[in-house]
Amino acid sequence: MTPATLILLALVIPTVVAVLLPLFAGRPNVREAVTLIGAVALFAVVLMLLPVVLAGGRPELDVWTVVPGLKIAFSVEPLGMLFALIASGLWIANSVYSIGYMRAEKAHRQTLFYVCFAIALAGTMGVALAGNLFTLFLFYEVLTISTYPLVTHRGTEEARNAGRLYLLMLLGASTILLLPALGWTWVAAETLDFRPGGILGGVVSNTALGLMLGLYVFGTAKAAVMPLHFWLPAAMVAPTPVSALLHAVAVVKAGVFTILKVTVYTFGIETLAEAGTGDWLVYVAGITIVVASAIALRQDNLKRRLAYSTVSQLSYVVLGAALFTPLAIVGAAMHIAAHAVSKITLFFSAGSLHTGTHVDNISEMDGIGGKQPWTMAAFTVGALSMIGVPPTAGFLGKWFILMAAVAIGQWFAVGVIVISTMLNASYFLPIVYRAYRRTGEGRVTLSEAPWPMVLPLVVTAAITVLLFAWPDVPYRLAEMLSQSVAVGPPG
Amino acid sequence: MSEHLPALQVVVPLLGAVLAALVRRPGPAWLITVVVSFATPVIAAMLLVQVLDGGVISYHLGGWDPSVGIEYRVDVVNALVLLLVSSVAAVIAPFARLSVLSEVPDDRVAWFYSMYLISLAGLLGIAITGDAFNAFVFLEVSSLSSYALIAMGRDRRALVAAYQYLIMGTIGASFYVIGVGLIYTMTGTLNLGLIAERIGDVESTRPVLVALAFIVVGISLKLALFPLHVWLPNAYAYAPSVATVFLAATATKVAIYLFARFVFSVFGAGFVFADLPVTEILVVLSVAAIFGASTVAIFQSDVKRMFAYSSVGQVGYITLGLSLATVTGLTGGLVHLVNHAMIKAAIFMGLGAVFYRVGKIEFDDIAGVGRRMPITMSAVVIACLSLVGVPGTAGFVSKWYLIVAAIEVGWWWLGLLIVLSSMLTVIYVGRFFECVWFREPAGEVARAGEPPLEMLVPICILAAATVYFGIDTELTAGMAERAAVALLQGVR
Amino acid sequence: MNEFVDLAGRLVSHYNQWITVFLMVSGLYIVIARGNMVKKLVGLSLFQTSVYLLYLSAGKILGGTAPILDPDFTVYSHPLPHVLILTAIVVGVATLALGLALVVRINEAYGTIEEDEIFKQDDDRA
Repeated sequence: MTPATLILLALVIPTVVAVLLPLFAGRPNVREAVTLIGAVALFAVVLMLLPVVLAGGRPELDVWTVVPGLKIAFSVEPLGMLFALIASGLWIANSVYSIGYMRAEKAHRQTLFYVCFAIALAGTMGVALAGNLFTLFLFYEVLTISTYPLVTHRGTEEARNAGRLYLLMLLGASTILLLPALGWTWVAAETLDFRPGGILGGVVSNTALGLMLGLYVFGTAKAAVMPLHFWLPAAMVAPTPVSALLHAVAVVKAGVFTILKVTVYTFGIETLAEAGTGDWLVYVAGITIVVASAIALRQDNLKRRLAYSTVSQLSYVVLGAALFTPLAIVGAAMHIAAHAVSKITLFFSAGSLHTGTHVDNISEMDGIGGKQPWTMAAFTVGALSMIGVPPTAGFLGKWFILMAAVAIGQWFAVGVIVISTMLNASYFLPIVYRAYRRTGEGRVTLSEAPWPMVLPLVVTAAITVLLFAWPDVPYRLAEMLSQSVAVGPPG
Repeated sequence: MSEHLPALQVVVPLLGAVLAALVRRPGPAWLITVVVSFATPVIAAMLLVQVLDGGVISYHLGGWDPSVGIEYRVDVVNALVLLLVSSVAAVIAPFARLSVLSEVPDDRVAWFYSMYLISLAGLLGIAITGDAFNAFVFLEVSSLSSYALIAMGRDRRALVAAYQYLIMGTIGASFYVIGVGLIYTMTGTLNLGLIAERIGDVESTRPVLVALAFIVVGISLKLALFPLHVWLPNAYAYAPSVATVFLAATATKVAIYLFARFVFSVFGAGFVFADLPVTEILVVLSVAAIFGASTVAIFQSDVKRMFAYSSVGQVGYITLGLSLATVTGLTGGLVHLVNHAMIKAAIFMGLGAVFYRVGKIEFDDIAGVGRRMPITMSAVVIACLSLVGVPGTAGFVSKWYLIVAAIEVGWWWLGLLIVLSSMLTVIYVGRFFECVWFREPAGEVARAGEPPLEMLVPICILAAATVYFGIDTELTAGMAERAAVALLQGVR
Repeated sequence: MNEFVDLAGRLVSHYNQWITVFLMVSGLYIVIARGNMVKKLVGLSLFQTSVYLLYLSAGKILGGTAPILDPDFTVYSHPLPHVLILTAIVVGVATLALGLALVVRINEAYGTIEEDEIFKQDDDRA
């Protein structure tokens, strides 16, 4: 199969799954088999693209020109490859987990759930493989809209309110800020393609560059940079698999991915570094990291604490992008991968605790390590990775970003990373402490969640550790990304 | 045969109307409507092909010279409008049978179709004619029949709505004809092309300025430009579903075409936009329409009324595009004219199907209807997404052109206002969405089901079209751009 | 003094236009100011009539006859405005007829043709 076919398949497979699922609405086993087969097939397709990209290839696929300037086209570059790999790989784990979770919870309208999930994955693939800003924007919105029914899935008043906030903030920011930014870029650069070295160098003034960076960063509300982060904690009302894959991996990563991609391929980090008008982003990202961590400290609801932790961790990626150096870009890309596997582990664990022992709040977690040993072991791994303790994946990205900040003497960024590491430790370690050291009321009985839930979270926890030991693939991709940055803009 | 296509475009529906009135029985009258409605887009398509191959078609009615007789003149601009209007009619025709039977008393069904076809003939006539006074006659032909169509609504408020529309519409048409009279005294001709040639000599005289004012205000009443829109919400809300679909998709659009024709082709963009502060006035009114009407839409309790107010707002986008008087802006306006016609036809048709099943259309009465009519409501939701301007839908293409046009002329704030206003659309569409999907079906809704296929298929076709024309824009944006270029160059 | 006579002469000699303007404005005023639906239609009709006058004034030539070819008469009024207005009259009559028909139906449905009372009835029911 040619790489172009593979790109097409990566988009078609989840779409076909979404179309097929309603046909098997009455037969849950077939329906779930279809989801699983689709997930595995998607991962296989993405995996087949990997060698091409690692060999330095940039497979492209032009689909259609909507109007001059708006072209639907795909092009696989290292960062998109990395994102596609993570999202499709974790979809398998998440599908297994969903089956366990949705059955254990006896959730209603499960078919709609799986359909929206598949469409969201198609959207994620589109974002990851997009060859220009318009295609990215198109699938970005597909992702927003397809996840709205998932956020409101419970149908309660709280879910509806969260859905409103979700839709208004994500759709609102992307329409009010991102769309004009696209228009501006098109009028200024007369192209929306992603090109190594960027397309905006020399075509707009430095002030305009800073302003546009603002439009892109805040327009991408999925990245949850403060003050546009409110939707994320609110969206935690969704079923846990949604929080796990979408609000720890696909949706939020689509946000930071967009920021990183725009910084590298639209602005060009050299252009931004020379302009100097984008430096504010370091401070915005830094403040988000620290403030979100501080808020996380005060949350008792486990999912909410994880949500604020996500807000904070996402801004590491933004911080990495904002330093405008190749090393920091490597760090940012690595952190996308590391945070994805760690945070999905944490959310899987939270869901597993909910199903196994009906625990949602941290204050109820005394001695839970004895009741759900597998879950809490995985949780501990995820928590350590969030703090950035070796040997977990979380260490790598942080380390690169820290080194990059030291190298250019950006002491504010260094301070932020140090402080936030302490904060991370102080909101994750007490949970672990409670779970293992304190004893809860009553007899300790083993009440682990069903195996389809436990298996994925153990696997993702294992990957978190393995990624530290063998970070070859993400590292090589990240390094290729940073090298393509160094290729200066033509002329 | 093919040289008489321009005449047939109008004559076929007109004859159909007479036949429908003569047969008197619902079934045959509907059949005639279907035949006519399918014939008109074929004629329009053939005209479009002729125009694309051989340039402007000039058809002299009765063989009279254009200086004294009536000339039908088809160029890219009105070929597009003809195709739009007739295609919408063709999609409505199959849908109409059951909807009309359920909403209009049996003895009036044939009259309904007769009026419907006259209205169609009038709208096609406005679009095709190259004669200012003939346009007035067709304007009144389409208006009078649409008053009658609206008055056939089941609610007695339909009568009042029709009456108010009649008063406003007649004032508008009279304003228009006063303006035409003044132009006639100054140039001695009613042919649009000849007026355009001669008006240059007298363009800054007082009668011509007054004529421009009368014509602009008169047509603005017809196209429901804010604040001359007050007739529209009630008329759309209480008319029979089929009439609402037809009027929402076509009537204001044809009026906008006439507006563009006069402003750009006859008076000339240089005179209207460069010498007079028309751009400023239109931009202010358009923005007021977009924000005012969209805000009012949020607070409606009747779903049809809500989308009627939304129409007033959407007309604002179109006039906004026209007012910029650049190729991009005009393309945006024209492409939105086409896209909005499809979007609103899909939405109102979906609501018509709900009305057919539930018998009511207030928010509280149709709560949870999405659970019972998932396909219909999914189609409506897709159309709504297009209304919002989500990328990948037709609505996005129009918004993109408008935003780029605003940025091109350096009006950042305008681009920002356009995107801000989409948020208002999100709010009222979101409200509709929550109502039909999240609330539990009760009462009539609980017993409702999908409408019959003959209603469902047209809805799905239109919903699919709003997505299709978001991807393949050759026919919409491509044609709109050619039309924009043609308009900016003037008639000849 | 001479100027005054000039001005007065110009004003008087265009008396037909003044009548047009008077009819137009008073018709429009009635439409806006009256709440009775029949009276509104009367105003509307008056307004339309003024338009007929506007066209006809432009086509009329003092001393001109109907455009029938005859060696004795060489000055004709322009026939086109007359033809146009013939059409406009038909449109006007149709409009008036439809308007009155609607008023009859409104009277049947509401029992009144006063706008205020009709709006009040609708508001009360809503």
